[in-house]
Amino acid sequence: MKKKIAQYAFLILALLQGGSVAGQTADLVVGTDGSIPSLKQALELARPGDTILLKSGVYKEGAVLVDKSVQIIGQGFPVLDGEGEYQIMTVTADDVVIRGIEFRNVGVSFVEDNAAIKLEGVSGVRIVENRFIEAFFGVYLAQSQKTLIEGNEFYGTGTREATTGNGIHLWYCKEITIRNNKINGHRDGIYFEFVEDSKVERNLSWGNLRYGLHFMFSDRCEYLKNVFRQNGAGVAVMYTHNMSMHDNLFEKNWGSAAFGLLLKEITDSYITNNRFYKNSIGLYTEGSNRLHVRENTFEENGWAVKIMANSMESEFVHNNFINNTFDVATNSRQNFNTFDSNYWSSYTGYDLNRDGIGDVPFRPVRLFSYIVEKQQTAMILSRSFFIDILDIAERIVPMLTPETLVDAHPRIKKLNVPTGEKENEG
Amino acid sequence: MDKVGKIIKYQLFDIFRNKWLLFYALFFFVVTDGLFRFGGGGAKVIISFMNIMLFIIPLVSILFGTMFLYNSREYIELLLTQPVKRRVLFAGLYLGLALPLVAGFVLGVSIPFALYDDGGQLATLGLLLLSGTFLTLMFTALAFFIALRNEDRARGFGISILVWLIFSFVYDGIILFASFSLADYPIEKPLIVASMLNPIDLARILILLKTDFSALMGYTGAVFQNFFGSSLGITVSLLTMLVWTMIPAILGTRTFEKKDF
Repeated sequence: MKKKIAQYAFLILALLQGGSVAGQTADLVVGTDGSIPSLKQALELARPGDTILLKSGVYKEGAVLVDKSVQIIGQGFPVLDGEGEYQIMTVTADDVVIRGIEFRNVGVSFVEDNAAIKLEGVSGVRIVENRFIEAFFGVYLAQSQKTLIEGNEFYGTGTREATTGNGIHLWYCKEITIRNNKINGHRDGIYFEFVEDSKVERNLSWGNLRYGLHFMFSDRCEYLKNVFRQNGAGVAVMYTHNMSMHDNLFEKNWGSAAFGLLLKEITDSYITNNRFYKNSIGLYTEGSNRLHVRENTFEENGWAVKIMANSMESEFVHNNFINNTFDVATNSRQNFNTFDSNYWSSYTGYDLNRDGIGDVPFRPVRLFSYIVEKQQTAMILSRSFFIDILDIAERIVPMLTPETLVDAHPRIKKLNVPTGEKENEG
Repeated sequence: MDKVGKIIKYQLFDIFRNKWLLFYALFFFVVTDGLFRFGGGGAKVIISFMNIMLFIIPLVSILFGTMFLYNSREYIELLLTQPVKRRVLFAGLYLGLALPLVAGFVLGVSIPFALYDDGGQLATLGLLLLSGTFLTLMFTALAFFIALRNEDRARGFGISILVWLIFSFVYDGIILFASFSLADYPIEKPLIVASMLNPIDLARILILLKTDFSALMGYTGAVFQNFFGSSLGITVSLLTMLVWTMIPAILGTRTFEKKDF
C-alpha cells in the first residue's frame, strides 16, 4: 500500500514538474548504451504507473505492445522505426502517456490498418508532442475515450490514396480532444467515424490527398480554429447531427472536384465565423437541413455556396460574400432556405436612407450558374458578353432562377465578422 | 515594299496629327493601371482586362477601319493616279492603320505591367498581347473589306456593327443553344472546333485556360485544357488566328484590286 502511495506521489510530482524533469526521475531509462537497451525490455520490467525514459537513438523493435499504464517519455526525439513492415506501438492499457518520440516507417498494408500508435479500447491516454514520419496511419483510436492528442506533427508519404493512411483516425470513440497538431501528406488528415462529443481544435491540416478533415456519423462534435489548406478535396462532414464548426479557415482547396467544406446529410448544425478563401466550391450542402450559417466570410471562391434543392430550412445570415465567381448556385427553381442581411460584393443596389441596408433586394443566383448546373459544358462560355447580358436580364426579371432565393436586406458595407483563424497561421 | 513603307509613313503623320491613337493607348494604360491599383493580383487583372480587351479591340478596330476608309476616299483616289500597284497601296493603307493600333494597345498594356507585375504572369501577358494583336489585324481587315464592298456609308457602318455583334454576342448565344439541344451527346470536341471558328471566343478560352480558372470548368475544362494546353493545340490556335487575319485581308485586297473608284 505504502509503495502505491509513493508511486502516486511520484506521478503527481512528475506531472507537476512537467516533461523536462522526467529525465532525472524516471523509473526506467532505456538507452542504446545503457543497462536496458530496448523499450520492449523496459515494458516487461515496468510496473503500472512507472515512467520510462527513452534516450535518443534509433530503436528497431518491430511491434511494441504497451499493456501497462506507463508513461513513455522521449529525450531528444528518439526514433522508433517500423522498418516499413510493422505497426509500431499498440496500446491496450488506460492512462498511458506517450511524449516526445519520433515514429517512422510504419508498414504499409492493404489488409491491416497499421498505425504508428494504435489505441484499442482504452481511456485517459495522452499522446503529446510526437512526430510521425511516413506513418501509414499516424494515431489510430479504436473504441477509446477521454483521450488527448496534442501538439504532434504528421508527415505522410502522400502519393496514392490506397498506399496512404489517415493522420489521426478515430473509430467508435468518445470525448476525444485533438489539439494543435500539424498534419500533412496523409489520405485524410483527421478521420472520424462513429465518434461522439469530441473536439478538434487549432490543428493545421494541409496537403492531404483526400480530405483535411473527414467526419462520418459523428454526432455532437465541435471543431474550431483549425486551418485546412490545399487538401485534395477539402473537408467533408457526412451523416452527422448537432455539429459546431466555427472559426476555421478553409483555404485554397482548388481543383475540379475540390471543396472548402462539403456537407452531406448534416442536420441542426452551426457554421459560424469561418473563412472560406480561394476554394473551387466554398460550402457545398446536400441533404443538409436546419443549418445556421452565420458570420462567415466567403472570398474569391469559384462557387461560394452551392446548395442542392434537398437542403432545407437553413439560414444564411450576416455573411460576407466577396469576389466569388458565383455567390450562390442551386439546381432547382424551388428554394427552402433563408438568405438575409449578408454582404454581397456583386450587389449593385443603392441605399437612399443610409441605414446600411440596400433598398433593392439582391438575388445571388446568377442565371449562368443555373445554366451551368443544368449543362456543364456551358461553362466554356464564362466571361462571355452574351452571358453577362443574360445575367443582367435575369436579375431584373427572374424567369429561371429561384424567385424566393433573395436577400431582402443586403448590407452595403462589408460586415466586420471576427474569425479566430488568424491565431493559427502555420 | 519600299512604297508600302512610304505610304505607311505618310499615314503615320496623319494619324499622329489626329491624336486619337494617343487616346487609344492612354485608354489601355489607364485601364490596366487602374486594375492593378484597385484589383490586386496579377491573374485577376488579366481576367478583368481580358474582358475589356475582347470588347474594345474588335469594336474600335472595325469602326475605325470603316470610318478611315470612307474618310480617306479622296486621298486613296489621289494615290491611285500615281504609278503605284493597287496591291501595294492596299497593304500600305491597311498596315498604316492596323500597326499603330497594335502599337497603341501593346504599349498601353505593357507599361503598367512592367511597373506593377513581378514577371509571374509573363506567359499570360504574352498570350494577351498576341490575341489582342491578332484581333486588331483581323477586325481592321474586316472593316476594310466591308467599307470597300459598300458605297453607302450608313450601310457600311451597319454591316460593321452587325459583324461585331455576331462575333461578340450572337455566336455565343448559338453555342449555348446548341449545347442545350445536344446535351445528351458528347459535344466537347465539336465545341473545341466551334470555339475556334470565332477568334474572340478562341482568345477568351486560351486566356482563361492559362489562369487557374480552368478548375471551375469541370470535365469540359479538362478536355479543353488537354487540347489547348498541348503543343498541337497551341499551334492550331495560332494558325487559326492567322487564317482569321488572312481571309479578310486577302478578300479586301481582291476587292480593292477590282474596284472601280
